[in-house]
Amino acid sequence: MSILGNRVVRREDQKFLTTGGSYVDDLVLPGAAHIVYVRSPMAHARIRSIDTSEALGAPGVVAIFTAADIDLSPMPPGAPFVNREMSRPWLAGSVVRFVGDLVAAVVAETREQAADAAELVIVDYEPLTPVIDPATAEANATFVHESAGTNVALRLPEDLVTVGMMPAEAAQEPPDLFEGCDVIVRQRIVNQRVAPCPLEVRAAASSWEDGRLTHWATSQAPHAVKGELVQLFGVDEDAVRAIAPDVGGGFGAKIGGYPEELFVAWVARRLGRPARWVETRTESMLALGHGRAQIQEAELGGTRDGRILAYRLGVIQDAGAYPAFGAFLPMMTRLMLSGVYDIAKVSFSSCSVATNTNPVVAYRGAGRPEATAALERMVDIFATEIGVDPAEVRRQNLVGNDRFPFTTPTGTTYDIGDYQAALDRVLEAAGYAELREEQRRRRESGDARQLGIGLSSYVEITNGIPGSEFGSVEMLADGKARVRTGTSPHGQGHVTSWAMLVADQLGIAMDDVEVIHGDTDLVPRGVGTFGSKSLQSGGVAVYQAAGQVVEKARRLAADLLEANPNDIELDKERGLFAVAGTPSVTRSWAELAAASGDEGLSAEVDFAAPGATFPFGAHLVVAEVDTETGLVRLARIVAVDDAGRLLNPLIAEGQVHGGLAQGVAQALLEEMIYDEQGNPLTSNLADYAFVSAAELPSFETHPMETPTPLNPLGAKGIGEAGTIGSTPAVQNAVVDALSHLGVRHIDMPTTPLRVWSAIQAARSGR
Amino acid sequence: MKVTMDVNGAREERDVEPRTLLVFFLRDGLGLTGTNVGCDTTSCGACTVLMNGQSVTSCTVLAAQAEGASITTIEGLARGEELHPMQRAFREHHALQCGYCTPGMVMAAVSLVSENPDLDERGVREGLEGNLCRCTGYHNIVAAVLDVARSARGEAS
Repeated sequence: MSILGNRVVRREDQKFLTTGGSYVDDLVLPGAAHIVYVRSPMAHARIRSIDTSEALGAPGVVAIFTAADIDLSPMPPGAPFVNREMSRPWLAGSVVRFVGDLVAAVVAETREQAADAAELVIVDYEPLTPVIDPATAEANATFVHESAGTNVALRLPEDLVTVGMMPAEAAQEPPDLFEGCDVIVRQRIVNQRVAPCPLEVRAAASSWEDGRLTHWATSQAPHAVKGELVQLFGVDEDAVRAIAPDVGGGFGAKIGGYPEELFVAWVARRLGRPARWVETRTESMLALGHGRAQIQEAELGGTRDGRILAYRLGVIQDAGAYPAFGAFLPMMTRLMLSGVYDIAKVSFSSCSVATNTNPVVAYRGAGRPEATAALERMVDIFATEIGVDPAEVRRQNLVGNDRFPFTTPTGTTYDIGDYQAALDRVLEAAGYAELREEQRRRRESGDARQLGIGLSSYVEITNGIPGSEFGSVEMLADGKARVRTGTSPHGQGHVTSWAMLVADQLGIAMDDVEVIHGDTDLVPRGVGTFGSKSLQSGGVAVYQAAGQVVEKARRLAADLLEANPNDIELDKERGLFAVAGTPSVTRSWAELAAASGDEGLSAEVDFAAPGATFPFGAHLVVAEVDTETGLVRLARIVAVDDAGRLLNPLIAEGQVHGGLAQGVAQALLEEMIYDEQGNPLTSNLADYAFVSAAELPSFETHPMETPTPLNPLGAKGIGEAGTIGSTPAVQNAVVDALSHLGVRHIDMPTTPLRVWSAIQAARSGR
Repeated sequence: MKVTMDVNGAREERDVEPRTLLVFFLRDGLGLTGTNVGCDTTSCGACTVLMNGQSVTSCTVLAAQAEGASITTIEGLARGEELHPMQRAFREHHALQCGYCTPGMVMAAVSLVSENPDLDERGVREGLEGNLCRCTGYHNIVAAVLDVARSARGEAS
């Protein structure tokens, strides 16, 4: 019987639970110098001078570097199509552009000495007017990058047309967008800036030996880090080894190579000794990329009986001081613009702007949660406006099962789905009718604690970036298998899942499958782990490689047993090859590995799926809102998620759980706040409202499995779906609890102050 | 200054700077890197260890304050090959993903159950409020701790 689809506990856990993982900062690196960065305390300022004389004399200081010392070409742009005048220097030269911008690198014998000396570096700043509000950044006379002459980093659809990604006619808004609509609702929605907050902060370490660099990084994509280092130093591919050891969470924010990390390699080369760096949490809050940060102007129109006919979304994307992937996020928002609904006419535009804040990057969902949040909020506002139950409005407008593959008005082709079933399932599991009845009772009795029921139907895109992922399987002399994968797990459990795939194909024990990842010397190629792509790309590559190894072994066994390969069978229960009908004469994996000689018994696969996949689902949240204090308590979170066929439901559920929590975190609690001068007000975990166990209920998860035809496992991604679905469900629940009081919308995070203020405003008719 | 304490059953003596925090004494001094640092404001609980049987955040205790104390870290929790029930429950319930918060979370949970095995879900959630996890959404952590608490009360799980 196949192990696939079973709830298999993780093999990686033993280590984490007994000795702890091996993270970058755990590395023993004798002789390494420690780097501490001097960071800008101002959002926008000209550097008049940097005085390092006192710091240089401090105990243990080895060197201090500023921009003037650096002989590197500028950092490569972080995303395509973004204004090239906005690229990031290694260390700020004449101008600092956000609080946390890098000014100098202090290198000392110990971390403490470097930190002490960094305090002694005197930087004379001439304050400049900061550009903080993204809404006015385009019109602002002050430029974050003077040479750019604009704060606009990327604009859609115009830039899309220019780069040839869309036919020009499709990018134009239909002239009669809202024609035929009985009702048009409009809302300005702020999808606030949040901090990804992986529990492990960033760290890096570098060591050069005989002209060859070994670089350890807290990365989701070590092969990309290697590529950046090769380019940076202009050395051969063979001269760089990048290692991502255990990584303590990433959530998208650890995809890119940050200057702080790559620069460690430069310091190590310059000093001729190993160097290392680890940031503090406060630094991480200031300078690890942030997420979301969109201002949305949404309009949705339809008929009185609930048919949605047209939808327009305009986005201002805050990309931060050095626009990179953040500037690109609206592209993802646009891809998923119309969500699960069949909307005939849509329009999208966006303007990504630079501001004097920390750069925005990919964060769990990266542009898709923003699309779903806007749309699901607008569907609820529309439903309220026409007085139709929000579940009914959703039902009326879902893309039907007979429409797949379904191409949306923005040109996205959904592989397969069953949106109706997901919605029905969540309503049934939650007991929707009873919940509405309870809500009615509380409304009639004027209960101080009102009940809100929030719905969200979502679809999202996974494995959306075209390309292949690497996987190989090699049979060793002892009959055990070695897997190399281009994915780079940091919590996703690939060591277990890939072993399941190989054990299933080869008929050997999972414990006999070794999985190697995260080391560019040991894995020849790789893309990494992000965008919910790993199983459906890297997992499939490993699965297919294992299949090819079986085929090779079958031919080899045929030679040895003097039989036709077609007559050779692999008995997966025993892990033995035999001629059909003669089960007593066998060849084991070890025997075949030995017989394979120098050629070996192995296979490599670079699997490229024919297209992206589109997981979907429906979430329902029950919230109790205290109308006297504005406090929201989540009573229930019911989630139906369909990510195709599940390889290991235990791990898939874990991904959903984490996603749900991060959705709640954004909807209720978390916001990275800058004041008008660009000072961060939530720059550590005491000030930032990181969601804890106490704010969450246990989750009610209900998996659905609609296999995708786009890969042999039938698998879609599940890493981000929980966040995408839950965020608007929570927000809708909060508003729903108060809709009878006249509250129409509350921006996230729906903090007690915001909720209470919205109630007061509604009561006073404002 | 000289500091002496019992760590995972062994007597350890080291010369440290007076400002050395217990967590760095453990990590840098003794090479016990299972205990992680996750923040700089005593907010995340990743560095939680047991000091004389009680959970403390080792980033907020000076090594000097632990003079003469008995410290247990994640490395000292199992008895040889036999995992502590909390370690076992975390594994069985898939209560960890990236593993970074795990050592601190496990130590805090051990302390929580030993102080009061009569825990309900609310008690676990509030008891672990000071231990942050970004991966699991806490769902399986809560399930694991409740499971251990039930066993500690002598009930079947």
